[in-house]
Amino acid sequence: MTFMGMTLAEKILAAKAGKDQVKPGDLVDVTVDVAMSHEACAQIEKPFEAMGAKKVWDPDKVMITLDHWVPASDEMSAAMHRKIRGFVDKWGLEKHFYDIGHHGICHQLLAEKGFCQPGRLVLGTDSHTNTGGALGAFSAGVGPTEMAAIFATGEIWLKVPQNIQVVVNGTLQDRVYSKDIILAAIKELSTSGARYKAVEFRGDGVMSLPMWQRLTLTNMTTEMGAKTGLVAADATTYNYLETLSDPHIDYKAPDRADMEKWRSDDDAIFQETLVIDGADLEPQVAAPFSPDNVHPVSEVEGVHVDQVFIGSCTNARWEDLLIAASYFEGEKVPRGTRVIVSPASTNIYNRALKEGLIETFTEAGAMFLQSTCGPCFGAQGGLLDAGEVCASTSNRNFVGRMGHREGRVYLMSPATAAASAIAGEIVDPRKVNPKKVRLRGPDGATKAHSLNKLLEVAA
Amino acid sequence: MTIRTRFRGRAWTFADSIDTDMIVPGKYLTRLDPESLGEIVLEGARPEFAKEVEPGDIIVAGDNFGCGSSREHAPLGIIGAKVPVVVAENFARIFYRNAINVGLPVIEAPGVTELVSDGDEIIVDIATGTIENIKTGRAVVGTPLPPNMQRIIAAGGLVGIVRQKLGLDPAPSEEEDADVIEL
Repeated sequence: MTFMGMTLAEKILAAKAGKDQVKPGDLVDVTVDVAMSHEACAQIEKPFEAMGAKKVWDPDKVMITLDHWVPASDEMSAAMHRKIRGFVDKWGLEKHFYDIGHHGICHQLLAEKGFCQPGRLVLGTDSHTNTGGALGAFSAGVGPTEMAAIFATGEIWLKVPQNIQVVVNGTLQDRVYSKDIILAAIKELSTSGARYKAVEFRGDGVMSLPMWQRLTLTNMTTEMGAKTGLVAADATTYNYLETLSDPHIDYKAPDRADMEKWRSDDDAIFQETLVIDGADLEPQVAAPFSPDNVHPVSEVEGVHVDQVFIGSCTNARWEDLLIAASYFEGEKVPRGTRVIVSPASTNIYNRALKEGLIETFTEAGAMFLQSTCGPCFGAQGGLLDAGEVCASTSNRNFVGRMGHREGRVYLMSPATAAASAIAGEIVDPRKVNPKKVRLRGPDGATKAHSLNKLLEVAA
Repeated sequence: MTIRTRFRGRAWTFADSIDTDMIVPGKYLTRLDPESLGEIVLEGARPEFAKEVEPGDIIVAGDNFGCGSSREHAPLGIIGAKVPVVVAENFARIFYRNAINVGLPVIEAPGVTELVSDGDEIIVDIATGTIENIKTGRAVVGTPLPPNMQRIIAAGGLVGIVRQKLGLDPAPSEEEDADVIEL
């Protein structure tokens, strides 16, 4: 038989199904490499125990953290947390359990601890599990009953998805970031444009992006309805995985020799293509009440912001905080605006504490929280009243997403959100000159650094 | 294998892109059982729904029903409201899988929003994918529930399937696959 070229998504599913070739529409039984859960784990226990399994198929492959209600916000979330700790103990899942104080937003932990790797099938009980595809994995969200079945058997059936390629050409302007790319792509494809499909980001405008920006791209493929989002494995991927500062227990970096394997073939078939000119791209903003209601920032400038949220699995990595800090440095948040910052993981929080970055925010009048999903989905840590407006670096602005159903959320990059925080209204971040960012070095001395230099080092 | 394939009930219509935050807002996610989720289900889309819905009523929705998060609370809340089947132009993928996995049949039927008005009496056949409007006598044929998903529904959800896979419950034979009851 002759083999047709396969996309990266097809290659991973073929490998996990033990087949030489798969094509869109095939139903395949696949083995799972990483099974992730968060507070949804409280809903796994009942179906898992009803399934009658004698053990979890492979505890080494299970990662659980608490992130949605941390620390517990009420008696019900406290009960959920206690139930999860009991489940973890009962079934021997302690190895990769990250309880409060060691926790982080699940998608950030999957990346920064090295669970997501090229060629792996990663499934999690959260719709933004797509994020991990930035590392060349097939990474997707499932529900808790489905996860119970994975815990019991290590397997799942999947339909091989059709493929969309989003090709970004050219280099982004200064202070334009991958959040602006993904918002522009969602505008074109709509919130249902990639339903059941795999979205692969390609082109020099993508492959030149550092990992922290790629993770934002794949994260929001969920807002197009995609099954997964991916970026092919390249040197950036392996560099990232070889220099993790806090990998999980027993971590082994993947073999660079496999790099060629985990990218789409030249003759792979993509059913749809979207081309974005990166060099021309302006900062983008998604206005209420849908992530595809996207406008160039120039069309929404001047909208007063009551709250600014810099956080979530989309944009709260170390580099996102550096970008935001460059706008807060030496400034004050104006009366009538409040700012909430929450890093994507405890590791990032600890680094911000150690290097003095938290002070840059708090001295400007921002509130700096521990790592939590809380504000993004309206659970805790900064909700909206009727009529209030929030500029947010998160991923959803549905009705009622951050509290009152008449609260209004605008989605944007950390640069746009931070510049807007200081202005008290939405502004184009290119109109405000970012300052140098003060960081405390290992010797205890604080120095001011140019933002772009810091971001280059991070890349 | 026994599976209920026909449902007759009053339709509640919903717009396009009913997301999971409208089905079960974030503030209710610490509720885990279908009954208490049923008390608030779809609050973000039609606040009167949970109070006025009758057992056996059917949800008819537009494009991309259930888009957004992976929360299983969404189909569980619909089950808690005693809605036996959901029909939509099409569904978001995680909602679709979650619904089947917890035993809630869902049928994709392009054209159904044109066919059905709020409050109409309809018949839904999940084996043929046919939606019939009793009042107008008109019908549309959508996608029948695929056989592998009918098996999951017949097993009461994914729990039953895994029990069969682990050898704890008997798996239905092929002949039994045809054994359906029509109500």
